[in-house]
Amino acid sequence: MEFDLSNKSELAKAKRDFHPGDRIFGRALMLPAYSLLILLVAIALFLLHGAWPSIQRFGLKFVFSSTWDPVREVFGALPVIYGTIVSSSIAVLIAAPVSIGAALFLNELAPRRVSEIVGHLIEMLAAIPSVVFGLWGIFVLAPWLRSVVEPALGRFFGFLPLFQGPPYGVGMLAAGLILAIMIMPTVASISREVFHSIPRVQREAALALGATRWEMIRLAVLSGTKSGVFGAVILGLGRALGETMAVTMVIGNRSHISASLFAPAQTMASAIANEYAEATSDIHLSALVGVGLTLFVVTFIINAIARIFVWRTTLRWSAK
Amino acid sequence: MDFVSHLLEVPLMKRLVITLNLALFVFLGSFRILGAADPVLINGAGATFPYPLYSKWFSEYRKVVPEAQFNYQSIGSGGGIRQFLEKTVDFGASDAPMTEEQMKKSSIPVLHIPTTMGAVVLTYNLPGAPSLRLSGAVISDIFLGKIARWDDSRITSLNQGVELPGTAILVAHRSDGSGTTAIFTDYLSKISPEWKAKVGAGTAVNWPTGIGGKGNEGVTGIVKQSPGSIGYVELIYAANNRLPFASVRNKRNEYVIPNSKSIMAAAAGTIKAIPDDFRASITDADGKNAYPISGFTYLLVRETLLKPKGPYIQRFLKWAMTDGQNYAEALHYAPLPKALIQKIEAKINGIRFE
Repeated sequence: MEFDLSNKSELAKAKRDFHPGDRIFGRALMLPAYSLLILLVAIALFLLHGAWPSIQRFGLKFVFSSTWDPVREVFGALPVIYGTIVSSSIAVLIAAPVSIGAALFLNELAPRRVSEIVGHLIEMLAAIPSVVFGLWGIFVLAPWLRSVVEPALGRFFGFLPLFQGPPYGVGMLAAGLILAIMIMPTVASISREVFHSIPRVQREAALALGATRWEMIRLAVLSGTKSGVFGAVILGLGRALGETMAVTMVIGNRSHISASLFAPAQTMASAIANEYAEATSDIHLSALVGVGLTLFVVTFIINAIARIFVWRTTLRWSAK
Repeated sequence: MDFVSHLLEVPLMKRLVITLNLALFVFLGSFRILGAADPVLINGAGATFPYPLYSKWFSEYRKVVPEAQFNYQSIGSGGGIRQFLEKTVDFGASDAPMTEEQMKKSSIPVLHIPTTMGAVVLTYNLPGAPSLRLSGAVISDIFLGKIARWDDSRITSLNQGVELPGTAILVAHRSDGSGTTAIFTDYLSKISPEWKAKVGAGTAVNWPTGIGGKGNEGVTGIVKQSPGSIGYVELIYAANNRLPFASVRNKRNEYVIPNSKSIMAAAAGTIKAIPDDFRASITDADGKNAYPISGFTYLLVRETLLKPKGPYIQRFLKWAMTDGQNYAEALHYAPLPKALIQKIEAKINGIRFE
C-alpha cells in the first residue's frame, strides 16, 4: 500500500486502519479515562443536587452572610470561607519560601548524597497521616504557641490587629502552621522536579559567562521556572484548602470572622466534618453540602490555575 | 469404586471443579452442624454516647441468643435517625428524641425505647482542682460570655472558701454536633430565658463565645491544656479520665454531684411528667438529689416489624430492660427507674410482626 503522507486526512486514515489491535487497545484505555471524567461530573451534580434546597432558600446570601445558626436554621458560609482562605494563605506564606529554598538547596548546592537522603525524608513527611499532625498540633504546637509564641507576638506586634486578643494556642495561627508543615513536601518535591527540568548546559553557560552561584541560580534556574514553581505552590494551596482532620483538631472551630490570628476560626472542610454526622434537619444537611460545593468550586479553580502554570513550564523546556 | 473410576475419566479441569464443589459443600455443611440455627443479622446505627454500653450488651446477648448477631455503627444520632428513616437499618439510636417533622417521614409509627441515662458534667482547669459549685444561672452566663473572669462575685459567692484566680474564663464546647450538646443546651434553655432567646437548644448551636473541640476528647484536650478553661463533657468520659467536675444546683437548691444515683433521681423526679411515647427531657428535674443536666438515650424501632428479624429485636429489647440494665452502672451510665421500665416493657410487648 502507498500513502500520500502529506495529505493529513489520509495520514489519519492510515493510522486508523493500520492495526485493529491498536484500535481496540485505544478504546479499552479510553474507558477508564472517560469514567474518571464522568465521576467528576457526577460528584459535581451530586453536590449541586444536595445543596439545591439551601441554594433556593438562601441564594447568594449563603456565601455572603456570616451567621451559622443550626437552631434557627440560618446558614451563612462566609466565616468558613474566610477561615479556609486565611488559614491556607498563612500556610502558603510560610511553606512557599521554606520549601522553595529547600528545593533549591537540594537541587543546586547540596552534595548528591545529602540531596538524595534529605529529599526522601521531605517526601516522607507527606506520608504522615493528618490525624497524627493534628495530635501533634494539640499536644505540642498549641501549648507552645499559647505559652511562648503568641505572648511574644502580642508584646512586639500587638499594635497590629492580627496579633491581638488572648492567646489560646488553638486558633487560626495554629491551623496555618500545621497546614504549612503539611504542604511543604508537596511544594518542595514539585519545585525540585521543575528545577530539575532545566538543562545542565544552561547552568554551565551561566557559570562560563562568569556568573556567581546566586546569579547562576537566578538567571539560569529561577527565571525559567517561575511559573512551574508558582504551580507547585498553588498545588500546595489546593491541598491546604481541603485538609480536614488536622485543621479541625487545632483551629478552635468557631464560625466567626476575627481579624486576630489568635482567635478560633473554622474552615469549610472542618465545618462539614464537625456537623455532618449529627445534622438532623434537611436544610442543615443541605447547607453543609452547599459548603462542600463551594469548597469543590474553589479547589477546582485553584487546581486548574496550577495545572496551566505547570504545563507552561514543562512545555517550554520540552519544546526546546 | 464406580464413582472414583468415573471421576478419573473426566478431563482434569472438570475434575478440579467437582472436587472444589465437594470441598465447599463439606465446608459449609460443617457450619450448619456447629451453629444450631441460621444467624440473624440485625443492623443498627446511631448515637455514639451509649456505644460502650450497647457493645457490651450485644456481646453479652450473644451468650443468651447465639444466633442473633447485632451490627451497630456509632455514626452519631443524626446519622442514626436518617438511616432509620431510609430503612437501611433495622433500628436506630439517638440521644435526642425525633422531632414531629421527622416522625412524619416514617410510614410506620416509630417507638422511642429509652435504654439508659447519662449526665453532662462541667469540667475545668483551675489551680489545685477545687470542687466547684455552680448554679444554672451562672453556667449560662459563663457560656454566654457575660461572666468572663473566675473571680467574678457571682462565682465566688457560691464557692466560699475556694480560692479562685483572677484570670479570664476560656469556654470550651463541642464543635461537632452531639447529643451531649443537645442535653446541655436544653438545660440552659430551661434555666435562662436569655439563653433560649439568643442561642436555643440543639445538637449544634451558634456559640456566643469560646473554642470548639471535636468530640469529648477534643473538649477535654482544650480544658486540660488551657489554665482557666471550663467545658462540658459526658459523665462517663470525665469519670474515666479522672477530670474534676462541678456539683450543680438543682430545682430544690441542693448542690448535686453527678453520678448514677443522682441521674436516677432526676428520672424518678420527672417520671409522672414523662409522656406515653417517652419523648421527654429530664433536665432541670424536680427531685431530691436530682442532677439537673441528665438525659435519656433511645433506641428507635418501628411499631410493626418484619419477620424473621422482628421477634429477635423484640426479645433483645426485653432483655435490655431486665438483665441489660445491670451492666449500666459499671460503665457509668444510670439504669432506668423500675417504674419507667414497666411502662417501656408494655410498649415493647405491643410490637407487632408482619
